[in-house]
Amino acid sequence: MGPFLGAWGAIRQYDLSSVGTMGTNLKGQIVMKNLVLKGALAASAFVLLANAASAATLDDVKKKGFLQCGVNTGLPGFASPNDKGEWSGFDVDYCRAVAAAVFGDPTKVKYTPLSAKDRLPALQSGEIDVLIRNTTWTLSRDEQGFDFTGVNYYDGQGFMINSKKLSGINSALQLSGASVCVQAGTTTELNLADYFKANKMEYNPVVFEKVEEVNAAYDSGRCDAYTTDQSGLYAYRLALTAPDDHIVLPEIISKEPLGPVVRQGDAQWADIIRWTHYALLTAEELGITKANVEELAKGDSPEVKRVLGQEAGTKLGTDLGLTNDWVVNIVKAVGNYGEIFEKNLGSGSPLKIARGINAQWSKGGLQYAMPIR
Amino acid sequence: MVDSNLSFVRTEMLQGQTPPLAERGVVKWVRTNLFAAPVDAVLTILALLLIAWFLPPVIRWAFIEAAWVGPDRSVCSTIAQGGIQPEGWSGACWAYVNANFNQFMYGRYPIEEHWRVNLVGVMFVLLLVPLLIPKVPYKVLNAITFFFIFPIVAFFLLVGGWLGLPYVETPLWGGLLVTLVISFVGICVSLPLGIILALGRRSKLPVIKMLCVIFIETIRGVPLITVLFMASYMLPLFLPPGVTFDKLLRALIGVALFASAYMAEVVRGGLQAIPKGQYEGADSLGLGYWQKTRLIILPQALKLVIPSIVNTFIGLFKDTSLVSVISMFDLLGIVKQHFSDANWASPQTPISGLVFAGFVFWIFCFGMSRYSLFMENRLDTGHKH
Repeated sequence: MGPFLGAWGAIRQYDLSSVGTMGTNLKGQIVMKNLVLKGALAASAFVLLANAASAATLDDVKKKGFLQCGVNTGLPGFASPNDKGEWSGFDVDYCRAVAAAVFGDPTKVKYTPLSAKDRLPALQSGEIDVLIRNTTWTLSRDEQGFDFTGVNYYDGQGFMINSKKLSGINSALQLSGASVCVQAGTTTELNLADYFKANKMEYNPVVFEKVEEVNAAYDSGRCDAYTTDQSGLYAYRLALTAPDDHIVLPEIISKEPLGPVVRQGDAQWADIIRWTHYALLTAEELGITKANVEELAKGDSPEVKRVLGQEAGTKLGTDLGLTNDWVVNIVKAVGNYGEIFEKNLGSGSPLKIARGINAQWSKGGLQYAMPIR
Repeated sequence: MVDSNLSFVRTEMLQGQTPPLAERGVVKWVRTNLFAAPVDAVLTILALLLIAWFLPPVIRWAFIEAAWVGPDRSVCSTIAQGGIQPEGWSGACWAYVNANFNQFMYGRYPIEEHWRVNLVGVMFVLLLVPLLIPKVPYKVLNAITFFFIFPIVAFFLLVGGWLGLPYVETPLWGGLLVTLVISFVGICVSLPLGIILALGRRSKLPVIKMLCVIFIETIRGVPLITVLFMASYMLPLFLPPGVTFDKLLRALIGVALFASAYMAEVVRGGLQAIPKGQYEGADSLGLGYWQKTRLIILPQALKLVIPSIVNTFIGLFKDTSLVSVISMFDLLGIVKQHFSDANWASPQTPISGLVFAGFVFWIFCFGMSRYSLFMENRLDTGHKH
């Protein structure tokens, strides 16, 4: 899939650039072809015209009146529908934050649930405006015509063990000789092999095709440890027979920086997504919460006033293509980064994930917002 | 001579006696059906043992221990798992199905618009039931309403956007609604199209024959999942920016064309089974091609292949689950999607959801299968051995 998409991206780019640079003959032909195609399609009553996914995504989004956000088809804590069909989760709150920034209204967002393999084609084809679906930022994806706008969650592969059965183990480095449950055909499997080889440890992989099978095998005690992304470990722990007996070991053996993705070539739109993330982080840093944002906007701390767009003659928001009170809108709608995290993944959720490396830089984490000024 | 001895002649009828115990009632039934021979007896005992071993745990899991209602995962998990059930508890989590039932039926279709789906459902049943019962009159009128007027009315009701009905876009549709819409359209399109393709494939006109063969063989040679994926994520890359087909429509076209190709081969099987004499007989009566096909060939051919046709329908009904690869959520897809709701994550949730989805699929497939059996018997005019 990957190489094929890459090649396709290259062809597409060539096509687009050729329209501008090649001789009129060729250009004319392309235009003619396009006209015929468009005519034929418009003639068909069944064709629905969506808003064009042109370079100016912000204008398109404003014109159609809602944000089309690609999310996971269902990942506990990140994006899942509840029993009323409403989406909730960490990534979903990011979609709502972007909608709040653009429209001042977090409800103006529509969700497209996407599986792992169809997420990037859906973004490329313009079906969605932004992809916020726990997507790992890698070079090859960046090269395929996408832009990652930041890392909203630093994930990484970890290990879970049954602390009753293996009492005394508190580090993955003590797992020598262990049998490890892992899903087949994932990068997880390769990372596992690398890690044990690099640390000169023996292990016995117990490989399954489906994630449900891995869960069941681990739960029934087929293996000593279970490895996958840490956020996944916390989610699957909920479905174990005795969740409290199981602990997630502190070691992270791979880097899985997850973040929002946009199409390459629209700097303004990428900026809006990027700075929405920074706004959420800055709000947490400055102690701006969902509850006190309106009060603080009237206060007199210069930094808070600048971030919230209350400085006289400020153009920070309008230059971004938004309104000056965009940060107020975001925080009012979803809260700050810390609030989103605790509500969906942390102490306020069944998952109970610790902040860990997703803490603010000032608290030993990796989340570091560029200054809003 | 009058003095004949009649002492050996009965003057009254003997009362009929009940047969011996072994030859009547339950005992006879058991003897002939369950213990007719030593092998039968062994098999019966084995089967009874299997049932005794298998059934009580299932009943206990599905009914006695099951959690029927509840606000969240706590009713479906033991104390150690963060719930309220005692240690070692294992029961179905029907509370999960209960809480998400509307989602499973309608998907994200707006709650205040559910009455539109219900109305379409009621119309569907009211039109379908009389159509299925042979004794009810006005079959032609009924069929026209069901196959031509009902889909149009249903389309406008479900999609909306007129007469003050809010527009409900198809990505919001889901659950059983999508399953039924896709299978209804698939079934209604595939039978006529399949018959036409089958006739085309047996046609003597080379161009028509070739087109039909190419169509059937191409479609049958490609997996449905590939076509759905291509149509959903590759097609938009080839189209000019901004032009998109509705996703549900793509799925409908894909499924309908697929079912048609398979149906064509089923019908062709029926056509080939008709003896040559029937064709010649029709010709000798002076019937034209269409008269011959309509009056002589098709009624016999279709009757022969009822089991295969229904088989294709049932396959199609279950194939609708494949649309989850293009992020459309049919019944199975939406049940699986809701597993990710952290409020309902428990060891019992997935199995309960899947059992529920399986049960709904079973009801529909079993219904189709029984009706086809009924039609077969009704149309049976003595060709069977």
